[in-house]
Amino acid sequence: MAPLLEIKDLHAEISGGRKIIDGMNLTINPGEIHAIMGPNGAGKSTLSYVLSGKPGYEITGGEVIFRGVNLLELSPDERAAQGLFLCFQYPLEIPGVSNMAFLHTAVNSQRRKRGEVELTSPELVRKVRELGQTLGINAEMLKRPVNVGFSGGEKKRNETLQMMLLEPYLCVLDEADSGLDIDALKVVSNGVNALRSPERSMLVITHYQRLLDYIVPDVVHVFAAGRIVHTGGKELALELEATGYAQYQNEAA
Amino acid sequence: MAAVQDTVEQVRSIDVDQYKYGFETDIESEKAPKGLCEDVIRYISAKKEEPEWMLQWRLDAYARWLTMQEPEWARVDYPQIDYQDLYYYSQPKAFKAPKSLDEVDPEILKTYAKLGIPLREQEILAGVEIPEGERPRIAVDAVFDSVSVATTFKEELKAAGVIFMPISEALREHPDLVKQYLGSVVPPTDNYFATLNQAVFSDGSFVYIPPGVRCPMELSTYFRINEKNTGQFERTLIIADKGSYVSYLEGCTAPMRDENQLHAAVVELVVLDDAEIKYSTVQNWYPGDADGKGGIYNFVTKRGDCRGKNSKISWTQVETGSAITWKYPSCVLRGEGSSGEFYSIAISNGRQQVDSGTKMIHLGKNTTSRIISKGISAGRSNNTYRGLVSAHRKAAGARNFTNCDSLLIGDNCGAHTVPYIEAKNPTAQFEHEATTSKISEDMLFYCMQRGLTQEDAVALVVNGFVRDVLQQLPMEFAVEAQKLISISLEGSVG
Ligand SMILES: Nc1ncnc2c1ncn2[C@@H]1O[C@H](COP(=O)(O)OP(=O)(O)OP(=O)(O)O)[C@@H](O)[C@H]1O
Ligand SMILES: [Mg+2]
Repeated sequence: MAPLLEIKDLHAEISGGRKIIDGMNLTINPGEIHAIMGPNGAGKSTLSYVLSGKPGYEITGGEVIFRGVNLLELSPDERAAQGLFLCFQYPLEIPGVSNMAFLHTAVNSQRRKRGEVELTSPELVRKVRELGQTLGINAEMLKRPVNVGFSGGEKKRNETLQMMLLEPYLCVLDEADSGLDIDALKVVSNGVNALRSPERSMLVITHYQRLLDYIVPDVVHVFAAGRIVHTGGKELALELEATGYAQYQNEAA
Repeated sequence: MAAVQDTVEQVRSIDVDQYKYGFETDIESEKAPKGLCEDVIRYISAKKEEPEWMLQWRLDAYARWLTMQEPEWARVDYPQIDYQDLYYYSQPKAFKAPKSLDEVDPEILKTYAKLGIPLREQEILAGVEIPEGERPRIAVDAVFDSVSVATTFKEELKAAGVIFMPISEALREHPDLVKQYLGSVVPPTDNYFATLNQAVFSDGSFVYIPPGVRCPMELSTYFRINEKNTGQFERTLIIADKGSYVSYLEGCTAPMRDENQLHAAVVELVVLDDAEIKYSTVQNWYPGDADGKGGIYNFVTKRGDCRGKNSKISWTQVETGSAITWKYPSCVLRGEGSSGEFYSIAISNGRQQVDSGTKMIHLGKNTTSRIISKGISAGRSNNTYRGLVSAHRKAAGARNFTNCDSLLIGDNCGAHTVPYIEAKNPTAQFEHEATTSKISEDMLFYCMQRGLTQEDAVALVVNGFVRDVLQQLPMEFAVEAQKLISISLEGSVG
């Protein structure tokens, strides 16, 4: 079986700035859940931005193959349509644009790019309401402008809703657990777990073992100074909780 | 809820790379001699078969205009206008006021059809397919260069007692009404462009709503400049008598030309006790090309007089066109308890220059006003909001709320806010809020990560930004306005 995502010797820097991703390698097969843990400032969020094509970064080496195509050649919206979803650490607010309208626009933009039939309003509304219910997102929140005035937890639920609706092949979750209380953590994790399937993979960036109790990974990577420095099974997360990253940072340096 | 989606789709379906109204109609015209002098004014007045007092009124204005200076305080910059190098009157050749649509020149009917403006009464403005019976009905007065070529729904309006006709015709059929109100809101001394208009205005719409009548449909005027080197000077007068209501829409386009063209209109609104006028504009004159060549100079005076108690005026404008916009739709809040509203979306792109805003002049007790202005600047354009809120000594309890937001797209454009506030009555309460923001890369990236193209993302964010104002527009106009907004921002990023 072909891998879903292959990152080969990737080097990336901030445009006009310093190098952040420094010789990164990673292969994710369909259906796998990979966790990435690592110290602050190691470049984890940067990795998620480079994968999703955020402007402001320069790729200086290596390649990324996603579902058989050269990901780095695609625009951000094409990457999204190809099935890459980034669950933002800090979701953006869009004043004046209702959540429902945003979802409708997003879904159909992707469908159009893939040459699929677009969803009608009633189809979309039904689907969104159903998913919303499982995440504790009510009709009122769907009418409100995207993320405006949402609490930290509500924003994360909303990200999960978008993810469930868009049905991507690869979900990159950047600190999906930050700002969540225990109940919200369960709701969001349930959402993510409901998406688990043999074709769909997850890349879960987190600082805490706690999240991995709910979203159980197949593989755990330690990421330091711009690359993966150690890989293990799910028990590695527990070890890290006890020992910290000191030994790996030395390794990376 | 799918409004945004609709916009995105509509924009896609339109050929967006050019001003789509920029075509020219090939039709022979009859013009006054070039330049401005008393004889030209006499020519216009004679063409219109005007009464003597009207000619005199024009000549007085002309004499005054000769002594006036072109205003220079606005934040706009343009070469000196040569007022002798313009035609002041142009009408389709062999023009005879048509009695029915069948008599209108087919070329002109085609022009309006191409513009999406239905002169056939069964159609509607946005050209959307809506089942019979549910179609909103709009009466249209179509002004082509200097003359009104067609007015629809005349009979039905007449039955309701509503007068809606070209002002030149109203001068003949209802001279007393016109004489009583014309120039009573914008006096001959008002400003350079208004005085010029008074001297040379050619046509425009006249509306009178009798006491207690709610106008049975939306009224609209559609202005089209076609001729080269021709100024357009229309004059609109709307009177809402006691307890009446009317919603009036105004739209405009012009061909693409390399020369600048002058448009200096005057709109006067008079509202008596307990009456209301809602006046909406979608201004889409040719803005010039990307380098600032050509385009309309839009120097317009619009003012409403809330003469009666509890009277109300609401101005809503979507300004996307013109090389230069100089316009301040205002309300004189004279009647006790009267109220004025101004909702504006002003978009500038390319080399466009906008200096626009409003004046809310509180004269009466317990008068209220509300200003919501959204300025969007892109390209190398400059966009200024200029607003005056004043309370007279006697305007006890006057209240105003102003909210002025500017959105910048890119690094080469400018946004400016110039508020003037004068309260001579200590009980007046004026509130002013203003924000300036840049369309953020992060916000666009967020939208694109969810699948929107960059252009769709900009359209979405901008539509969100202007939503409060779009909601004020009659539905069919809102659709049109959304399209325009997206089109006028084409190529503004990346
Ligand atoms: N636009 C930028 N300009 C300058 N420095 C940047 C920029 N973006 C990221 N950095 C720097 O790059 C490094 C990596 O940041 P990144 O956000 O990827 O770390 P992280 O691993 O996600 O950290 P955390 O665990 O705190 O979320 C940091 O030192 C950060 O300050
Ligand atoms: Mg981070």
